Amino acid sequence: MQIYQGKSVFSGIAIGKIRVYKKNERQVKRVKVENPDAEMARFEEAKAKGIAQLGVLYEKACKEVGEANAAIFEVHQMMMEDDGYNESVENIIKSQGVNAEYAVATTGDNFAQMFSAMDDDYMRERAADVKDISERLISILNGDDTDASLNDEPAIIVADDLAPSETVQMDKDKVLSFVTVHGSLNSHTAILARTMAIPALVGTPLPLDESVDGKLGIVDGSDGTIYVDPDEETLAAMQKRRTEEEEKKKLLLTLKGKENITLDGQKILLYANIGNIKDLAAVMQNDAGGIGLFRSEFIYLEQDHYPTEEEQFRIYKQAAETMAGKRVIIRTLDIGADKQCDYFEMEKEENPALGCRAIRICLTRPEIFKTQLRALFRASAYGKIAIMYPMITSVGEVRQIKAIVEEVKASLAEQGIEYGNPEQGIMIETPAAAIISDELAKEVDFFSIGTNDLSQYTLAIDRQNTKLDPFFDPHHPAILRMIRMVVENAHKAGIWAGICGELGADQELTKEFLAMGVDELSVSPGNILPLRKIILETNVAEYKAGKKC
Amino acid sequence: MKEFKYVVTDPEGIHARPAGMLVKAVKEFSCDIKIAKDGKAMNCKAIFGIMGLAVKQGEEVTLTFDGADEDAAYEAISNFMKENL
Repeated sequence: MQIYQGKSVFSGIAIGKIRVYKKNERQVKRVKVENPDAEMARFEEAKAKGIAQLGVLYEKACKEVGEANAAIFEVHQMMMEDDGYNESVENIIKSQGVNAEYAVATTGDNFAQMFSAMDDDYMRERAADVKDISERLISILNGDDTDASLNDEPAIIVADDLAPSETVQMDKDKVLSFVTVHGSLNSHTAILARTMAIPALVGTPLPLDESVDGKLGIVDGSDGTIYVDPDEETLAAMQKRRTEEEEKKKLLLTLKGKENITLDGQKILLYANIGNIKDLAAVMQNDAGGIGLFRSEFIYLEQDHYPTEEEQFRIYKQAAETMAGKRVIIRTLDIGADKQCDYFEMEKEENPALGCRAIRICLTRPEIFKTQLRALFRASAYGKIAIMYPMITSVGEVRQIKAIVEEVKASLAEQGIEYGNPEQGIMIETPAAAIISDELAKEVDFFSIGTNDLSQYTLAIDRQNTKLDPFFDPHHPAILRMIRMVVENAHKAGIWAGICGELGADQELTKEFLAMGVDELSVSPGNILPLRKIILETNVAEYKAGKKC
Repeated sequence: MKEFKYVVTDPEGIHARPAGMLVKAVKEFSCDIKIAKDGKAMNCKAIFGIMGLAVKQGEEVTLTFDGADEDAAYEAISNFMKENL
């Protein structure tokens, strides 16, 4: 058994034969031609075919991975139509009297070199795009209209690197996984792979020779490992895990695209909780109706300095655009308690859970808060962003926030910077907020109940202290009553209320939440479809009647 | 001939996708449209030309419009730049 370690792009387990994928790197020969005009005509014909192929790929990718990720094929079309590129091909064919293949290959190399020499990582990577379109044209000129043919049994594809067009063209029924020696976590290929939900590894140093080709392999996307020629024990363990995952996938397939509606017609929104922009793919795959909790802390925790407005804007905009009109609820900075950040230079506290955290930091250090708000309001112009403020205990705090928001909006307007008009809501995660939720409801657009903190504060049990587990009852009637009260108060004021804590994913409570009239449950992406299953099988009226007798 | 100067605000600069969008927008017009940075002018209808300028955030580009529909092009493209780049 050989084991190689790469970086995982997407989790999941694949077991199957390994096939080493080699590009059709045909040697392009320089051949003198009699009639350069006829050669030009061949080139024009190949170009038209290439553009048509890319059009088909674009449509295919749009359906499979969404418009934003498919855009690369539109860009490739434009590259093929680029005047400079075409002039160079024409010039080589006519002035040297040579074949179109050679002219395309030479032009491709020259343009790729121009990008490789640029002082910008992003642009350097574009050299691969130039090579990709040139390869396509040469294939067509050679008469191969179909490339990347994988017509045998399903396999784990191992390659040096893969162009986005190669991964999309592969017949996905024949690809169990792919593993590349090169490629970064943020390459087009990696992004496409995630969206296509194929376990995949990049940056895996394995040899592309007969020691790997044709052997049995296991790709474990959860930790980025590929096993070649696995021993029986490993194989058995992995087969068991794969079976479990396949069952989950089956459930996914039958439930995807369905509305979250009970047998008696009550609807509820199922949103996803995410802690990083990288989780967006999982949100899409699990068919979430939106993002119910985007924990913005990661932007702060992953850095060693205060993230700038631009850094934050980019991330929020990406989330808004990727979700394309679906709601994205972003929670403002929730640092403190168990999440600490050195450069904030917070004083050490006796009791951090009851200390200076979340909105309390934002209100004492408004300059940090304003930077985040500016980024959020600007990004709101690009999609349906909603802002959610954590750790609220009083109406006064909400009014203070509103005053700061007004300042931020005024300064954006003054600077002529475009901004949107996001919904603004609060977390209900302190008993105080739950009890005065009737008053708070008049001030905001929505509530999201954070059951983790609400439970710990209500029951006075530290959730980090495992010794207290015997005392902790997540279904404690005090908590359920509070949730019911909050939802009722929200509805009285005409706003909606959701749950974004762990309790939201508790399948024993789903019926109860429906009976309470909870409008939204936000859970980790993997929990969405199991919850949808319960919702589809529930009759709320019957459940309520059953409880009474 | 009309001219339009613009400082790019998009944090990623004019990378591949925006360059593609810009090409798509300028191809609607028949007049000659050029994009220049630091005195280096490129055909704005060719994506490699634009990408070759490697325009980053905060850098100024100059667009020139020359031809029959230059007024309409100026109007549309300057708006496009402000909205998207």
